[in-house]
Amino acid sequence: MARALINLPATAKRGDIIEIRTLVQHPMETGFRPLPNGSLVPRHIINRFECIYDGATIFAAELHPAIAANPFIAFKTIATRSGELLFRWTEDTGEVREERATITVT
Amino acid sequence: MTPSRRALLGGGFGLASILIVRPAAATPEGMEAAIRQFAGGSPITRGRVTLDMPVLVENGNSVPLVVSVDSPMTEADHVTTIALFNQRNPLPEIALFQLGPRAGKAWVSTRIRLGDSQTIVAVARMKDGTLWSTSAELIVTLPACIES
Repeated sequence: MARALINLPATAKRGDIIEIRTLVQHPMETGFRPLPNGSLVPRHIINRFECIYDGATIFAAELHPAIAANPFIAFKTIATRSGELLFRWTEDTGEVREERATITVT
Repeated sequence: MTPSRRALLGGGFGLASILIVRPAAATPEGMEAAIRQFAGGSPITRGRVTLDMPVLVENGNSVPLVVSVDSPMTEADHVTTIALFNQRNPLPEIALFQLGPRAGKAWVSTRIRLGDSQTIVAVARMKDGTLWSTSAELIVTLPACIES
């Protein structure tokens, strides 16, 4: 897995609802796409995404091949505490990619 | 069972009204089975869920989708899961989002693939176990998964 982009406000007031946008570079190969020789391109997708913040998994997603290539997922959370957010994408093969972002909560 | 001509004619009006009242009955079997499995036998009520998608899609490879649920998102009353289903892609499932009271707002945005013009269904499960749904119909001019 290659590049990942995470977009969230650098600072927030405690209790504010913030929006977190994530984008990860990945082909999300469905396993249904035919090659010119008639065989199918093998399936290769990210099937799970998680966001861990302030001691809990605040958001998780199970993804299927119907998610577009370079999966974009945006969601909301309440700003509770300054610190690190951990983003984790898991592939079918078990390969994991993790990214971190920090937020300052006042 | 093969219905007789008389039964068909007689039942015509009744059948038509059922179809109008319950649009879910028109969805192909694969999606219905997937939704039934997700619901686990509980009834699904239409409402509370909003699906924001374009009506006319030019490129089925990446279709923006925003799903939100009308919920206070408190510890006692919040959305636990939002599931998305489609009618005509090779697989009926699109995604399943797990939320909690820390979300603040039951709102998720993503981009999906569509292999054909079809209906998308979103089902939300609440903390109390009730299920709510909505659907959106889209027309796709360039479907995904056709190029090699």
